[in-house]
Amino acid sequence: MTQKNRITGGLVDRSTTLNFSFNGNRFQGHPGDTLASALLANGQIMMGRSFKYHRPRGALSAGSEEPNALVQLRKGSHQEPNTRATVAELFEGLEATSQNHRGSLENDFMEITDLFSRFLSAGFYYKTFMWPKSFWEKVYEPIIRHSAGLGRISFEPDPDIYDKGFLHCDLLVIGGGPAGLSAALAAGRSGARVIIADEDFMIGGRLNAETLEVDGISGSEWAARAAVELAAMDNVRLMARTTVYGAYDHGIYGALERVTDHLVTSNGKPRQILWRVYSRRAVLCAGATERPIAFGNNDRPGVMLAGAVRAYANRWGVSPGKRVAIFTNNDDGWRTASDLSRQGVNISAVIDTRDGEPRAQIPGATIAMGGRVMDTRGRKAIHSIKLVDGRTIDADCLAVSGGWNPNIHLTGHQRGRPAWREDISTFVPGQDLPAGMSVAGAANGTFTLAAALAEGHAASDRALSDLGMTPKGGDIAKAEDEAANVTAFWHVSESKARAWLDQQNDVTVKDIKLAHRESFRSVEHLKRYTTLGMATDQGKTANMLALALMAECTGKTIPETGTTIFRPPYTPIPMGALAGRSRGKDFRPYRLTPSHKWAEEQGAIFVTTGMWLRSQWFPQPGETHWRESVDREVAATRGSVGICDVTTLGKIDIQGRDAAEFLNKVYVNGFATLDVGKVRYGLMLREDGMAMDDGTTARLGKNHFVMTTTTANAGPVFRHMEFCRQCLWPDMDVHLISTTDGWAQFAVAGPNARKLLQKVVDSDHSITNEDFPFMACGEITVCGGTTARLFRISFSGELAYEIAVPARYGDSLIRALMAAGEEFNVVAYGTEALGVMRIEKGHAAGNELTGQTTAANLGMGRMVSKKKDCIGNVLSERPALNQDDDLRLVGFKPVNKSEALASGAHFIARGKSAVMANDEGWMSSVTFSPELGHSIGLGFIKSGQERMGEIVRAVDLVHNKDIEVEIVSPHFIDPEGDRLRV
Amino acid sequence: MIINHPHLGPRDAQEFVYLGDASLMDRPDWQDENAADNFHDYLYLRDNPDGEHRELWYHEQGDRSWLVVTRNTLTHEITRVELARDVAIAMRRRK
Repeated sequence: MTQKNRITGGLVDRSTTLNFSFNGNRFQGHPGDTLASALLANGQIMMGRSFKYHRPRGALSAGSEEPNALVQLRKGSHQEPNTRATVAELFEGLEATSQNHRGSLENDFMEITDLFSRFLSAGFYYKTFMWPKSFWEKVYEPIIRHSAGLGRISFEPDPDIYDKGFLHCDLLVIGGGPAGLSAALAAGRSGARVIIADEDFMIGGRLNAETLEVDGISGSEWAARAAVELAAMDNVRLMARTTVYGAYDHGIYGALERVTDHLVTSNGKPRQILWRVYSRRAVLCAGATERPIAFGNNDRPGVMLAGAVRAYANRWGVSPGKRVAIFTNNDDGWRTASDLSRQGVNISAVIDTRDGEPRAQIPGATIAMGGRVMDTRGRKAIHSIKLVDGRTIDADCLAVSGGWNPNIHLTGHQRGRPAWREDISTFVPGQDLPAGMSVAGAANGTFTLAAALAEGHAASDRALSDLGMTPKGGDIAKAEDEAANVTAFWHVSESKARAWLDQQNDVTVKDIKLAHRESFRSVEHLKRYTTLGMATDQGKTANMLALALMAECTGKTIPETGTTIFRPPYTPIPMGALAGRSRGKDFRPYRLTPSHKWAEEQGAIFVTTGMWLRSQWFPQPGETHWRESVDREVAATRGSVGICDVTTLGKIDIQGRDAAEFLNKVYVNGFATLDVGKVRYGLMLREDGMAMDDGTTARLGKNHFVMTTTTANAGPVFRHMEFCRQCLWPDMDVHLISTTDGWAQFAVAGPNARKLLQKVVDSDHSITNEDFPFMACGEITVCGGTTARLFRISFSGELAYEIAVPARYGDSLIRALMAAGEEFNVVAYGTEALGVMRIEKGHAAGNELTGQTTAANLGMGRMVSKKKDCIGNVLSERPALNQDDDLRLVGFKPVNKSEALASGAHFIARGKSAVMANDEGWMSSVTFSPELGHSIGLGFIKSGQERMGEIVRAVDLVHNKDIEVEIVSPHFIDPEGDRLRV
Repeated sequence: MIINHPHLGPRDAQEFVYLGDASLMDRPDWQDENAADNFHDYLYLRDNPDGEHRELWYHEQGDRSWLVVTRNTLTHEITRVELARDVAIAMRRRK
C-alpha cells in the first residue's frame, strides 16, 4: 500500500522505510512517525471504535490528549492495550490492532448499540439495572462485565523489566516547547542543575508543528540546536519520552520515562523507569491542548483538531485529507488553512464563527465568516459537511479549533484552583500553585511565541534568584508574536444530530442537558453521572466544553460553574512501572537466619515470618505428611533433645546507669531487683493497658541487659522503647541498640540438652544445675574460645537453653551442636514443633497477644506492679478491663478425644443457640498434642479460671463444626515446671 | 514529603514512621489523684487542627531519632523540625 496522504516537508526521515502492520494489514512509514501519522499517511483514517456506541473513530489529536485512537501494541505477553496511536513511536515490525469491536474494525457486530443510543443516555446504568432485583446477578452483571473494559490484557506475566530511580535538581522544567527550552537554556547556562523533561520523543513541542521562526531559523531547527546545547551541559539532564505526571509535596515530582517502548526489543534494558524527582524549583511549561467545538456527528473519522492537522502536515508531512475544511472560532484555525494550502493541500472551506473579514487569503476555499458547521456526512470517514446556512461542502477532513486550554493539571495536584481568563476564554493557573512551582508559556495562557520564550526565560531567572544563584542566561531568543484572537464558541445549537463532547466515554451535548434536567449540576456530580472525563484521557479535550454547556444550562458563568480537581497522573502509568522491581520474590526483601544454608541441606520446609524465612519442619525420608515430621520432632525433643534456630526473636541490647530503672518502666513487672546473671520473663503493655509484647530479659551486668522480643514485634518494640527513652524519660542514662542480626541463637531443649551442651561449651564454664540453674544466664565460650552467651530459658517446657554466638559463627555452631547431639539422636525442629510445644506448655504467643488482650486476660494480672510507674499501668486498672466475668486464657480438650479443635471457634454454653448474645469467648490456638495423643487448644473464655472441668461447646460456623470441649488448665504438660529445673 | 532532620539534613518522609500529636510526649503523673482521667485524655483526646500541627516522626530507616515536626496539615509545609529529646528536656525544665 502506498502512503497516499504523504505530502512534502516534515521532520520524518524519508531515507529509511519502516514496515508495520495494523489489524494484519501491512503499511510503511518512516523514522519520526507516530503510529497515527503513519496510518494517516497510508489513508487509514479509521483507527478504532468508541467505547459505548461502537461508533467508527479516527485520531482527533496529535498528542497525549487523544481520546479515540487507542490501540493494542505488540503481541503475546508483550501486548499492551489502550496505547494512544498519536504518541506511539513507529519502529520496524510494529504490530498494532484496533480495540473495542467484535468482528472486524470495519464491520463491528456491536455497532447495533448505536441504534439504541437513545436508551443508553446518561445515568442509563443507574436507571435500568435497578429492577427486577433478581436480574442483577444472573443477567445484568454478566452482560455488563462482558461489554465492559477497554482493550484486552494478555493474561500472561509481563516479561518486561521496570525500574525506579531518584533524581535531584535545582530547577525542573516540565515540557520542552519554546517556554521550557528557553527556561532550561537560561538556567543551564547559569550553571544550575537542571532537568528538562518532555513526553514527546522529539524535543521542541509545538515548535515542531508550526512554521514559526526563532532567532531567524525555523522553530524546529532552533529546538534541535537547543536540545544539542542542553545535552552537552554536564549540569543538565535532558529527558525526552518522559512524562512528568504528578506534583507532590515539597518539590517532589513523579516522572515516567519510556526507555525502550520505541525499540523493537528492550534488549535487557528496563522498558520504563518511574522517576522521583526532587526539585528545589520547578517551571511548568506543559503547553496547551486545543479544544473542539460540538456539532452534529463531530466524532466521525476525519474530524480532527485544527492544530493536530497542522502538526501532521508540518511535522510529519502528512495531510489527513485531500480536501480539508476548517471550522474555527479563532485566528489559530486560519494558520492550519494557510500552512496546508502552502503545502499544496486543497482547502475546501474555512468556516469562522466570528463575523468580519477573512483572516487570510486561502486560494480556492469557500470562506464562511459567521458560519457554523451543523453536521457531517460519511460513516467510516466524512465526505462532506453541512453548514447551518444549508450549504453542503465537500471535505474528507474537517479541522476544528475551539481555542486552546492551558495544560494546568499539575498546578492543581496540591488542590490549587485555576482562575478564569475571559480574554482567552479559558482557565489559567491560579495563585495557589504547589510550593516552588511557577508556570510559563502556553500553560500559563501565554499563547504567542515571543511572549512564551520571554516568560520561560524570566521564570528561570526568578527561580535561580530565589535560590541565591546568579542568572546568566544571556539573551532571550527572538521571535514574532503570532495572531491569537479567540471568541468563545462552544457548540452549534442548531445541530439536530448528536454532538460529542467526550469521545472516549461517548458523552454528548444531550447528556449534559439531561444531567442538568435531573439536577446533577455540580461539576463533580455531572462528571460521575455522565462519566464525562472519566476515561483514560481524563477528558483533556472534553471537560471545558461540558463546563461551558452546564454554565449555559444553569445561566451561570463558567468560573461559577467550577472545575473538577486534577489528580495525578497526567497520563496513564502502567502498573508494571508502579511495581518496578518489586515482583515475585523481590516483592519485598527477605532475611535468612545463620542456619539457613544448613537447613536447606537438611531439606527443611521454610515459612515466612515477618521478613524472615524460618524452618517450618524438617521432613525425613519416608514422611509423607507434615504432621508426621512435626510429631516426630516433638517426640524426639521431649524424649531426648532437639534444636531450633531462634535467631529471629528480636534482641535489644540495653545499657546505661538507668537501664534497670528504664526496664521497670517499660515492663509491667519489676526488673530493678533482677540479679546479674539471671533472666526474667517480662510483659509489656501499651499505654491503653493492652498487652503489647512479651519476652525474656537477661541481666549480663549491673548496667547491661539483653531483651528478647517476639519475631514479629522486634521493630515496633524497639521503636516504642526509643520513644520512651527519647520522648518520655530523656534524663535517663540508657542506650538501646538492636542486635537481632548480630547474634545467631539456638534453643537446645529436652532432657539431654545439658549433656549435649557440655560437649560444646568450654570446660571452664560449668553449666551444671547447681552452677547454672533455671533462669541463669552468662557469657561463656564454646568450641575452644568462641564468645557465646548462654540463657537457661525454656519455651518448650523442657530442660532447655538458648545459646547465642556472633552471627558469623551461626552456621558452624548449628553443625557443631548437631554433631555433638548425634549420640542422643538429636533432632532439628522447626516453627511448627515449636508451636506445638508452646501450646502444650500453655505459653501465650501471637495468637493470644492480639492487641486486644490484657495482662489479666492472659492470666498475668498479678504481674502488673502497683508499686511503680510503668507504661499501661494506670489504664489497665480501668473498670471496664476489670470485670468479674473477664475473659481468661485457659486450656481446652475435646470431650470426644478423636475430634480436632479449630482455632477461631467461639464458646457457647450447652443448650444455647450460637448467636452473639451467647458468645463466651474464642479458641485462639490449637494443635494435636503428640504427648497427650489428642487435639488441645488455648482460648479465652469468661471467668475461665473458675470453670475448670466445665463442658462448653466450641462452635465454628465457618467450618460448620460444633463440638463439646472441657475447660482445663492451659498447662497441658508438667504444670509444676519440674522438667525445667532438673 | 521531605523532613529536614536536624542532624542529617533533608530526608525523604518514606524513611520515617509517623506516630501522631506531639502532646504524646507530655505523659501524665501516674500518682496524681486524677491519674485515670488524665491518662484517658492523654491517650484518646487530641486536637486535629487544620493548619499548624506539632507531631512525632521516628527516623526508623535512619538514625532512630524521634523528631517533633511542625507541619501544616493543609499545605504539608514543614516549618520546624526538632529533636524530640531536646523538646522533652526543655518541657521537663519548664515543669
